[in-house]
Amino acid sequence: MLEARGLCKSYGGRAVVADLSLTVGAGEIVGLLGPNGAGKSTTVAMLCGLVGADRGAVFVGSDASRLALDENAHAAKRRIGVVPQELSIYENLGAAANLELFGALYGMAGALLRERVAAALALVGLADRAGDKPQSFSGGMKRRLNIAAALVHDPDVLIFDEPTVGVDPQSRNAIFDNLESLRERGKALLYTTHYMEEAERLCDRVVIMDHGQVVASDTLAGLYKRLPAVETLELEVDGSVDLDALAHQPGIDRPTQDGTRLRAGVSDLGRTAPALLSWLAANGHAVHRISSGRAELEDVFLSLTGRQLRD
Amino acid sequence: MNLTAFLALVRKDLVLYFSNRRALVMSILAPIVIAAFFGAIFGAGMEKPSRIAIGLADLDASAVSKAVAAAVQADPAFDVRTGDEAAVVALARAGKVRASVVLPPGFGEQARNALVAGADKPVVAVHYDPSQATAMTLVRGLLSQHVMKALGDSLAGAGGAGSPGVTLPAGMTIPAAIAMPRASAFSLPFTTRAVESTASADKPYNGYAHSFAGMGVQFILFMGIEVGVGVLLARRLGLWKRLRAAPISRALLLGSHIASGALTALVLLAIIYAAAIGIFHVRIDGSIAGFVGIAIAFALLTSSFGLLIAAIGKTPEATRGLAIFATLVMVMLGGAWVPSFIFPPWLQTASLVVPTRWAVDGLDAMTWRGLGFDAAIAPIAMLLAFSALFAAIAIWRFDWEEPRG
Repeated sequence: MLEARGLCKSYGGRAVVADLSLTVGAGEIVGLLGPNGAGKSTTVAMLCGLVGADRGAVFVGSDASRLALDENAHAAKRRIGVVPQELSIYENLGAAANLELFGALYGMAGALLRERVAAALALVGLADRAGDKPQSFSGGMKRRLNIAAALVHDPDVLIFDEPTVGVDPQSRNAIFDNLESLRERGKALLYTTHYMEEAERLCDRVVIMDHGQVVASDTLAGLYKRLPAVETLELEVDGSVDLDALAHQPGIDRPTQDGTRLRAGVSDLGRTAPALLSWLAANGHAVHRISSGRAELEDVFLSLTGRQLRD
Repeated sequence: MNLTAFLALVRKDLVLYFSNRRALVMSILAPIVIAAFFGAIFGAGMEKPSRIAIGLADLDASAVSKAVAAAVQADPAFDVRTGDEAAVVALARAGKVRASVVLPPGFGEQARNALVAGADKPVVAVHYDPSQATAMTLVRGLLSQHVMKALGDSLAGAGGAGSPGVTLPAGMTIPAAIAMPRASAFSLPFTTRAVESTASADKPYNGYAHSFAGMGVQFILFMGIEVGVGVLLARRLGLWKRLRAAPISRALLLGSHIASGALTALVLLAIIYAAAIGIFHVRIDGSIAGFVGIAIAFALLTSSFGLLIAAIGKTPEATRGLAIFATLVMVMLGGAWVPSFIFPPWLQTASLVVPTRWAVDGLDAMTWRGLGFDAAIAPIAMLLAFSALFAAIAIWRFDWEEPRG
């Protein structure tokens, strides 16, 4: 449905995106993850046709009706819906009037437009607020209207640029339900986010970007397999732990400390946990609490890029 | 062209603007109120010119100086307040009068001797309010007229029927040319008849016509600023991203802003002039087609000005401040506050490169001056040329790509 092939973009001689390729199939949600400055926004801008690529191409559609964005911009754009990170709606226009405007931009009019507006509002749970202005909406409702504005022309591909920023948990769950509903309808969804739990809940595949390049692209299961440690230990300890020395202990992977919180990957929980406790006691660190868990996508990201997602 | 998209964008802008009560008040009520004020103080409804307040101190008290003082006081152009020198100078300093004239001791005799024998002239001090210096010329001119008349009368009396208090130096005779009958001595050899130079004799000048042209132009340009700032805000809010992601051309996107801005300006101008005509009795005494043509050309100028602001502006806040300053300079030089004929000659010529000058002059020509369509052609052409220039610069400078990290 959506394919980016070898995209490159530089600003002032600095490569922001370098040879980026990705695909999103029908009925699939692909997460695009990366820290600030990784090149996600430029990638999204190129996929939407907002910014021209220096090299590479973007294709939309299946084999039979495949369109190159740079050659058939208007036809390709008709198949793409964009949900910008910012609230891109007119606060002083009614909810339905907003959607009618955005539908009209895609050439829709009359009964078809009204039908599509009603369907989009129903999908995001705002059918009963069609005549109200967004300035009277809660933050979550505005976010849902922001999504509906991208759906009104019934695109095959939807690109979400961090659509849940500043949204309360209840509204976030409602948005997730909307996205899952769209996936069930066979839409191709590209989803950029800073939130690992969102990617873990929603995404079938994850593309991890850093310094303008794709450093990993796989299913969640595939990404977890890349980790040297599949379990994590989290301890509350006294004092500053010598992380270099700890990292050389058998079975310990990439220990980190944030205040009293010590975290490390372990390959064999049964053997490594007692050895770690002994090592800490021998080095004068009292342990107040210990817990274990499965490695998370955050650990995958840390393993691949050497930094936290929100660095 | 995607006409559906174009119309939807234009309609959206119009709905957003006209549903914003604050913007409407600013764009309609403010120009009407200020134009009414300016119109009232700049001659609207005046049947005759106002009198000029002056002070007069006669330190000579001779027959000539008394005759001058009497003539000045009788002059309908003056509202005279008399007193000693200190009192009338204080009046001028306090701004209570525009100028104070002090006739020095010996004025009558010295003036007569200077006239007939080339002796030293007396010095008449005219203390004037520097904030109202334009009155100085008028005061000097009328004072000269009254002094010459008084001297003439005095000399005519000395050489003919005899005039009290007039004695000539020993051995001096009055030339025949001066010793003429009293009635014609040094009086103006003509009289004037004031005729208002308006559309026709039966249609007196209405000062509101100019002030409504000026304030209408100013506040509609302010609306144009909002068009430009609106685009900058749309960019900041991400709305621009959504619009650009749609299958519409750049020309359609910018064109919709020009069309909606021009329509808004046209509607505002119509409402402002409706108030001017309905309440303040401003008339379109010239060509109605010319008036409509100038209004349309100015509306296009307004929207292209807005687009220019959007193209060269950075942040909405900083851009609004700079654009308001630029607009105020333009309307000031365009004669929107005071008529451009008050400007010095070099500025009258220089201000021809300011589009507002053509708008204000054009609207004046079609309203109170009562000129025909041929007088509207140059303003329309110049306003359209400026619109094209602004739009071209805007398209050239418009940043379509937003740098990303």
